[in-house]
Amino acid sequence: MGEAIVITSGKGGVGKTTTSANVGTALALQGKKVCLVDTDIGLRNLDVVMGLENRIIYDLVDVLEGRCKIHQALVKDKRFEDLLYLLPAAQTSDKTAVTPEQMKVLIDELKQDYDYVIIDCPAGIEHGYRNAVAGADKAIVVTTPEVSAVRDADRIIGLLEKEENVESPRLIINRIRNQMMKNGDMLDVDEIATHLSIDLIGIVADDDEVIRASNHGEPIALNPNSKASIAYRNIARRILGESIPLQPLEDDNPGVFSKLKKFFGVK
Amino acid sequence: MKKFQNVTIKGTKDGLTLHLDDSCSFVELKEELDRKLSESSQSREDRLISVHVQVGNRYLTAEQEEEVKDLVRQKKNLVVDSISSNVMTKDEAEKIKKENEIVPVARIVRSGQILQVPGDLLLVGDVNPGGTVIAGGNIYIMGALKGIAHAGFNGDKEAIVTASIMKPSQIRISDCITRAPDHYQEDEKREMECAYINDLDQITVDRLQVLMHIRPNITRLEGGF
Repeated sequence: MGEAIVITSGKGGVGKTTTSANVGTALALQGKKVCLVDTDIGLRNLDVVMGLENRIIYDLVDVLEGRCKIHQALVKDKRFEDLLYLLPAAQTSDKTAVTPEQMKVLIDELKQDYDYVIIDCPAGIEHGYRNAVAGADKAIVVTTPEVSAVRDADRIIGLLEKEENVESPRLIINRIRNQMMKNGDMLDVDEIATHLSIDLIGIVADDDEVIRASNHGEPIALNPNSKASIAYRNIARRILGESIPLQPLEDDNPGVFSKLKKFFGVK
Repeated sequence: MKKFQNVTIKGTKDGLTLHLDDSCSFVELKEELDRKLSESSQSREDRLISVHVQVGNRYLTAEQEEEVKDLVRQKKNLVVDSISSNVMTKDEAEKIKKENEIVPVARIVRSGQILQVPGDLLLVGDVNPGGTVIAGGNIYIMGALKGIAHAGFNGDKEAIVTASIMKPSQIRISDCITRAPDHYQEDEKREMECAYINDLDQITVDRLQVLMHIRPNITRLEGGF
């Protein structure tokens, strides 16, 4: 019996789908059997980020309305040997086509076969959010270092705390721009973590590679050289229960002098 | 055979006090009250005499109170000032208890959440921006106040708000509202402060220590130490 983790944020555009794709990929890289579930019915795009769009035959609404079996709708990711699957959302229906009770049954069924079920939640706190949370055991809240995103994260944490089936949520701070944070133009990591007062499970730097990779349908987590990729892999390992310290935020291009200093171990 | 009197009238310098017996029936009591007042209201004076009614251990419903008031009012130049009773219902007692109680709560009030208590609120935690705490009495916050606090919700202008870190978006006390400056200075600490309504009917924020002078009734400890 696996566990279901919902990835949510309240605010749109903070990177829920990217995070879902990469955390799922990173967990599969660790040898876990993972199923990604896109619950953003009507505005699906987890399939695009994963590069699986053209393999979709059936979707989540087809499964719930009995037009097909679950295994027929699941799209297998060829890059992994039988480890990573995606259950795509419907593009033609809307969020009211699904009820939270139906979602709970579906997720419980998926948990039988997979180690991790990663649920990508739509933005907002209405019907779509309730569908996504209904079957979840754990929650990860994604935010960016912006006041508006943190405000919405706070709201969503409050709502998640009321859900009896969900354990206390954990936090990912996404799109960190080190230089702005240093200058004090952006909320810093500690400030956000104390403000929201939930466990921080990872921080991800703002990296152009992430967008490039998403556009190619290749989750960044597959590329071992990128900083964002390492961040996602670390998050996956923390989900598995390892304790790994947070990556220090460094500039992308350290000068020769500071490289030398690092080399000699001078602080 | 002299009957025990159910109604006793006493004159004080504030007016009349009617002591109503609590062991007879209410109907008997009304009759006797009517008779006594008719006998005694012979005075030709024009000024109104205020009457205090004491009903002892009898519980009067709102309707019965109204009946008594009506009876007294029918007599010339008498007016009921107050009715006092030694007893009250459990509901009333519980309401009074709740309104005078300090309720400790250990949690974070997050954006979109409202925490309301009838009496005083002791919050062990923060109020985040967008969160609201409401109390019938005072609000004491052990953490940071960054949202909205509304003290004296039922109109108590003496109510106060205290916080370890005072950076509210709004403070409301009774029917007064004040809002935060548009920007807090980065290095501004705003530690250990309180908010209260001053003489000009405006909300003021000040050091915590001023409270003992302007709101001495916050102290409920009896005796010295």
